[in-house]
Amino acid sequence: MKKIFTRPKSLKDTPFHYCPGCGHSIIHRLVAEVIDELNIRERTIGVPPAGCAVLAYNYFDVDMAEAPHGRAAAVATGIKRVLPDRIVFTYQGDGDIAAIGTAEIIHAANRGERITAIFVNNAVYGMTGGQMAPTTILGQVTTTSPGGRVSLRDGNPLDLSLMLGLAAGSVYIERTSVSSPKGILRTKKAIRKAFEVQLDDKGFSLVEILSPCPTNWKMNPTEAVHWIDETMVKFFPPQVIKDVA
Amino acid sequence: MAGKVLMRGTHVLGEAAIRAGCRAYFGYPITPQNELPEYMASAFDKLDKAIFVQAESEIAAINMVIGASVAGARVMTSSSSPGISLKQEGISYLAGMELPAVVINMMRGGPGLGNIAPAQGDYFQATKGGGHGDYRIIVLAPAYGQEIADMTREAFDLADRYRTPVMILGDGMMGQMMEPVIFPEPIEPASLPKKDWVLDGCKGRPSRIIHSLWLDPPLEEELNWRLARKYEMISSEISDQEMYLVDDAEMVVTAYGTAARIAKGGVGRAREMGLKVGLFRPKTLWPFPSRTLAALSRNLEKILVFEMSTGQMVEDVRLAVEGRCDVSFYGRPGGVVSTPEEIARVISSTYHQMESGVHRASHSHGASQCRAAT
Amino acid sequence: MKGRIEIDRERCKGCGLCIAVCPKKQIEISDRLNTKGYYPASFQEESVKDAEIVKCTGCALCAVTCPDVAIEVYRQAKDESKNHKDESKEE
Repeated sequence: MKKIFTRPKSLKDTPFHYCPGCGHSIIHRLVAEVIDELNIRERTIGVPPAGCAVLAYNYFDVDMAEAPHGRAAAVATGIKRVLPDRIVFTYQGDGDIAAIGTAEIIHAANRGERITAIFVNNAVYGMTGGQMAPTTILGQVTTTSPGGRVSLRDGNPLDLSLMLGLAAGSVYIERTSVSSPKGILRTKKAIRKAFEVQLDDKGFSLVEILSPCPTNWKMNPTEAVHWIDETMVKFFPPQVIKDVA
Repeated sequence: MAGKVLMRGTHVLGEAAIRAGCRAYFGYPITPQNELPEYMASAFDKLDKAIFVQAESEIAAINMVIGASVAGARVMTSSSSPGISLKQEGISYLAGMELPAVVINMMRGGPGLGNIAPAQGDYFQATKGGGHGDYRIIVLAPAYGQEIADMTREAFDLADRYRTPVMILGDGMMGQMMEPVIFPEPIEPASLPKKDWVLDGCKGRPSRIIHSLWLDPPLEEELNWRLARKYEMISSEISDQEMYLVDDAEMVVTAYGTAARIAKGGVGRAREMGLKVGLFRPKTLWPFPSRTLAALSRNLEKILVFEMSTGQMVEDVRLAVEGRCDVSFYGRPGGVVSTPEEIARVISSTYHQMESGVHRASHSHGASQCRAAT
Repeated sequence: MKGRIEIDRERCKGCGLCIAVCPKKQIEISDRLNTKGYYPASFQEESVKDAEIVKCTGCALCAVTCPDVAIEVYRQAKDESKNHKDESKEE
């Protein structure tokens, strides 16, 4: 028999520290597979977030530079402007990109920075223990919304990808989910397309990926992916938000 | 341009940076340094591969600096006091990641929104951290237009040599003043030595990481001591000062930047009156020229510190002097610019008190520094 | 078409996602702990020698969904397969 599935080369051998059933691990693998397939490992530079994926540089076998919380899009801008022929991507959670980093990602998109943003949306601040995030949905219980999110006190869940679609410099924005094999394969296609937009020097690209966080959602992994498919997608429907590539 | 040119301080900063090989600048409008981003925008339009971005905030700008530095560029950002507050996290990251960068602060009145007049209220922020964590940054304090040009060139060299952020601490007045300047010959960025630690894609080599996160405390400790050793080395190699008429002085005025220029005028007038006064002007605020000042203080009766603030550098003066002579303070905060005549009066009054044996107690005003000495 | 998977039991964290997606239900949680303290997933047909009774088709849905890249998938090539329909899955 032939081996038809194995670890991508751009992913180091290091075992993931992520929780069982965490979406990060799946998404890391997809990004690495895309980097392999596009053969860009040697000219890719990544900027991880502050968050569970802060140690992403232990897993991706590409050059990586840390950024302060929320500022990955600005750091990536600096790198890409100085080295325009390299492929620069950010990898950010929902707190990183849609709370503290909102200004930076909107303006990077607005300027049409030739970077690719991977936006991992798990509706909580994971690393710090499950606090409410900008994408926490109404009624969702978190450690800082113990009675469930209410719009009067907490505001409404923020659809950042929709906002980014309005920016003239955005070329390709898609939201997908890794809650099923079908979703995973669709996510990989989207990531690949986003990197191709950068390779073709067309503009800003972003993929938002709904991702399970079993630990902070207080569910087992199978329940977590069901929650995405049954509940989370009502607020964040997977769709192509903008595609002018 | 060759030879001597008449140029305002903010433009001198820009021109000197470009001649030092800087081709990446990220800025944001804030008075009194707006002419610098404007100069860079205009100059970079005409240069090949020169990157100018007016960022969405001073925070975004310092983070773009991190990115450009990681990619190997000579990179600069500038702002004024409140904007420098915003940059502190980024500066801490630059120090922790051991990245070169040049940060310009043209100080204004503060705290808070303050005003747009020149002040020296950011000395603590610049020299005692400002950002979090165990780090220092090199702080250069020019006082003349020519010095702005020379120190800017030096700032880029020091940043690269030591892989550390360098700040040029100016103020609103020197930013606006036009003075004759001779610029050094320009450096071609391509001729700068290649950096072997940058992130430019792992072709032909293992992938690299540049970070400041060290979850394991012994590893973080190792970084902290590595930085501390670096800072010790810098301290022993680059501290600098100007000493004016100190040889026979019984009292020395200590000041930096614009305050020092005013004080120099005051010292000159005092000398005309026969007072044996001199001026000690630190040119590096970090590392502070403690050893030189300590040696000088052995032969002095008094040091009078003059700052355009309520007293910040005076603490470093006291630390350096270690009680060898009396130290008193005169300050004008809020953006008020003293005249040389005013400083001459203060010098004279302090000098005569010194002579008649009346020593103004260092802590006579409790927690606050003493202000007017009339 | 027949297939086979290998689960790295030290890498597996027992999250169970592979079990949920396997169309042939040939994966279940092992009752032996790994050194990290997890009960990892285990391939039911690991020790099956007779190719005729193997149910795994090498569809790789388990590996696609596995967060920890703990699964490698093997599949019979076209000429090895007794089936005429060749389902080549995009990896």
